[in-house]
Amino acid sequence: MDKLESIKSSSKMNARIRKNSIWKSIFFLSTLVGLVVLAILIVRVLGQGLAWLDWDFLTGRLSTSAERAGIMGAILGTVWVMIVVIPVTLIVGVGTAIYLELYAKKGKFQSFIATNISNLAGVPSIVYGLLGLTVFSRLMGLGNAVLAGGLTLALLVLPILIVSAQEALRAVPGYLSEASLAMGATKWQTIRRVVLPAAIPSILTGSILALSRAIGETAPLTVLGIPALLIPFPNGLFDTFTALPMQIYYWTLDSSLVAEYANLAAATIIVLLLLLFILNSVAIFIRNKFQQRY
Amino acid sequence: MSLSSENKMNVKLNNKDMAVNNINSEHRVVYDTKDLNLWYSDTHALKDINLEINEKEVTAIIGPSGCGKSTYIKTLNRMVELVPGVRTTGTITYKNKNILDKSFKVEDLRTQVGMVFQKANPFPKSIYENIAYGPKIHGIRNKKVLDEIVEKSLRGAYIWDELKDRLNENAYGLSGGQQQRLCIARCLAIQPDVILMDEPTSALDPKSTLKIEELVQELKKEFSIIIVTHNMQQAARISDKTAFFLNGEVVEFDDTNTIFTNPNDSRTEDYISGRFG
Repeated sequence: MDKLESIKSSSKMNARIRKNSIWKSIFFLSTLVGLVVLAILIVRVLGQGLAWLDWDFLTGRLSTSAERAGIMGAILGTVWVMIVVIPVTLIVGVGTAIYLELYAKKGKFQSFIATNISNLAGVPSIVYGLLGLTVFSRLMGLGNAVLAGGLTLALLVLPILIVSAQEALRAVPGYLSEASLAMGATKWQTIRRVVLPAAIPSILTGSILALSRAIGETAPLTVLGIPALLIPFPNGLFDTFTALPMQIYYWTLDSSLVAEYANLAAATIIVLLLLLFILNSVAIFIRNKFQQRY
Repeated sequence: MSLSSENKMNVKLNNKDMAVNNINSEHRVVYDTKDLNLWYSDTHALKDINLEINEKEVTAIIGPSGCGKSTYIKTLNRMVELVPGVRTTGTITYKNKNILDKSFKVEDLRTQVGMVFQKANPFPKSIYENIAYGPKIHGIRNKKVLDEIVEKSLRGAYIWDELKDRLNENAYGLSGGQQQRLCIARCLAIQPDVILMDEPTSALDPKSTLKIEELVQELKKEFSIIIVTHNMQQAARISDKTAFFLNGEVVEFDDTNTIFTNPNDSRTEDYISGRFG
């Protein structure tokens, strides 16, 4: 006991406490790194682009003259692509997750597929671009239409959505589905009435995060040869289109020719960031509003 | 809770079982288990089980942890099949049919055999929706019929008076004991013939336990009840027959009185007198 008392009062105690505060500062600094970089980016982009961001810019057509250029075409292109990406990823992604998590027999085959899907989530996006170019653009003859871009981006984010939907389904307690099955419900009835309602808030959160990723992707679109020329606004799935990140990419490239293009790129970045910010807010809103306690 | 104050309701909407089992009116057997063996992958969990369980009686299954009693009761509605790698041999005859036969639809079986679990597991829905769940999955859409079933089921579980003004509240707001009685009511709503109870009171306080035990006494007039319990006093209090399981085997199966006062097997005596387990 005496020994313990001496330790308690000795400087060892202070050393432990000091160590704790050192670690705390290290972790705080790590957090700060990301925040500072983000802050610098936002300040720069806002400083460069905010002055260029007006109604005419949002609704105008593309132009070689920086003063007259607008991004309506890119906004519409992004919207059209989302019209393809959202249903395809939701239906295929949630379907795959339901099959793997709830129907497939747990075994080597199931874990082989699940591991591969996790690996696919880490494949570089440019590889998906090549896949889209081979299958959708060339094999299916879709060229650089909305459908080709949308399907390529859908493939790209599909693994992310599957993994997050699987996690959402796994988080539904087993005793809830047991209760349903024990009353003579079929598996599908149990999934539709018990498991999915409980999992949908997390599934939606995951899918919105996946969609944000799709909206911001550039590399696969460059491989598909998506232009940023003076093209007409897209009106359907088979029209050629451009998208916001493509617009940013080309304007940044050409800023060595026309210095103002850098400002246009910054203004477009603000629009894209706003769009992502809105999507993420929706995700958080859904999560908080519909999350069930069980 | 005063059981007598509440109107005794006939929980069943129809007496669908009356015509079926009219042979042998004294001891009608509801479940006849013959040479049942069950393996979880390589573990031999049930060994040569032979049990005849009577209708409209309370049959208690007791035994130490890991003796196979939960496995056995889950075999009776084939919920055990949710565990990957389960194999069975032998037969369990229910209404002249072998329920272990793959051609026997589990959905059909589980409509006739309800189950109450160890942990109360209401859905995160309203009290009304919890009770109406079973009838709905079996295709009942009519709101009036559903209302009727909800009331009868809640009355059957003697919880109607407590809950009738709270039907639209979330079931998660109820106490543990109320949740478990709600689960019993939910089970009554599918109008089963048999109710399986897997340690239904092990997570409840003594007062809620007593209510469930009283409820079981009422329910056995209408249903055949098979209850797994860790609590030997409970088995002695509420059951007509008791089966003692040990290491996956039935050591003894007899009238509850005999088991608790004059057991045949020394292992049964050791267990009920608290020498092990």
